[in-house]
Amino acid sequence: MGRRILHADFNSFYASVACFLDPALRPHPVAVAGNPEARHGIILAKNELAKKFGVKTGEAIWEAKQKCPLLVTVKPDFESYQKFSALGRAVYSEYSDRVEAFGLDENWIDVTASTSDMADAHRLAQVIRNRIHEELGITVSIGVADNKVFAKLGSDIKKPDAVTLVSPDNYQSVAWPLPARELLYVGRATEAKLMKYGIVTIGDLANTPEAFLRAQFGKCGTMLSAFANGLDASPVQHTVDQIPVKSVGNGLTTPRDLVNDEDVYLTISMLAESVAMRLREHGVRAKTAHLSVRDSGLFSFIRQTKLDHPTNITIEISRACMQLFRANYTWQAPIRSLTVSCSDLIGVDNPMQLSLFDDEAPRRKAEAAEVAVDDIRRRFGYRAIGRALFLKDREIGLMAPKVDHTVHPVGYLQNATMDSVVGRR
Amino acid sequence: MKVYVAVELTVDEAGVMHPQRILWEDGRKFEITSISDVRRAASLKAGGSGIRYTCRVGKKDAYLYYEDPKWFVDP
Repeated sequence: MGRRILHADFNSFYASVACFLDPALRPHPVAVAGNPEARHGIILAKNELAKKFGVKTGEAIWEAKQKCPLLVTVKPDFESYQKFSALGRAVYSEYSDRVEAFGLDENWIDVTASTSDMADAHRLAQVIRNRIHEELGITVSIGVADNKVFAKLGSDIKKPDAVTLVSPDNYQSVAWPLPARELLYVGRATEAKLMKYGIVTIGDLANTPEAFLRAQFGKCGTMLSAFANGLDASPVQHTVDQIPVKSVGNGLTTPRDLVNDEDVYLTISMLAESVAMRLREHGVRAKTAHLSVRDSGLFSFIRQTKLDHPTNITIEISRACMQLFRANYTWQAPIRSLTVSCSDLIGVDNPMQLSLFDDEAPRRKAEAAEVAVDDIRRRFGYRAIGRALFLKDREIGLMAPKVDHTVHPVGYLQNATMDSVVGRR
Repeated sequence: MKVYVAVELTVDEAGVMHPQRILWEDGRKFEITSISDVRRAASLKAGGSGIRYTCRVGKKDAYLYYEDPKWFVDP
């Protein structure tokens, strides 16, 4: 029954890649950050030197520079991050077919079948750590445990370039003294709530009766109790079983505030174009569109609408979102950011209910035209062809969300049931 | 930073590449007399990674990296 699971976490991933690719950066405190001119100026990652000055991920560039005036900031390079991420997974895949990615920089590896016992797994983790350093040039911290949650906890303990064992024999001395906040699924709100009951460490959490946690937190309470006791039973997914896409969205904080419907339509069209492309890439059509609006006062709301036909055509999505906007916004303030997303996805091969009244031909032509544009872009680059609409405003129109978009980590509980998550020792 | 170089190489019928010569920017050609090791490796000095060929050039060994589709050497 005992499993052996590794959690490999690239140290300061974006910053490490940046410093590896450009040796001139290495003696300096470095942070990878968005573009302050386009108002994306926050710290995405920092190197060891920058960390010493107190630079924190998520704070604004100006805040970081107050603490560290000599900080060198560089732009993100997602192509390189994806390359390194794939190279890492290629190494892990040599030891197991159960390699589950958690974002670009983290992976769980189930090595039960390739090792004989915990000590063997610990040795394998060292081998992998060395190979990553030798072959990729950046470092990884690895946690070794008999479940995913403790393995992830382990990789956070010693950084950089280290292996930590959190085994059934030592978890009480290694994991329990840590603050409850370190546990997966304990965020700021849960931490505060636990604090009220005097639950500070993971050990406190583990020793709190499960019935009490269930009464306070519902099903999450049962889960937290299991996690703290090392009873997480969720499997490391097979590489091929990865979760099918449930929704596709793109959001953008615009370089300047939007002040009229025309500005908004331009931005929505751009986002819709990117979403439509990605829907086609996944071979799906969407039945629902959502629009999220945030104004300059940072007040935000989301509205959704059912689409007339399942679609992956840009203009149908952008029109639906524009309608949502007109119906729900009264221009009390300029707009700072918008997000267009689509859900309720069905495969393109699924038979569609044809309408008796509409002529399907124009829709089919529109979809075919978009597919042709996709192909031109694939062959000649994204900017080889573009909508005339975007020439109206150079600043907003020339961004290319599909190419430049940020990747967010997927949720931990996507395919879980209570049984798959809570085990028994 | 990495220095990309031109390389003369032969490819055998199995698709395996055999670098023969490194062509330097000033026109000099460095003959590779033998290859002792081929493995995936990173060069911290150059700031890059790829398949590293340990090549005998003259009396010394040199590292030549294949970073699809280009080749570079340690500076």
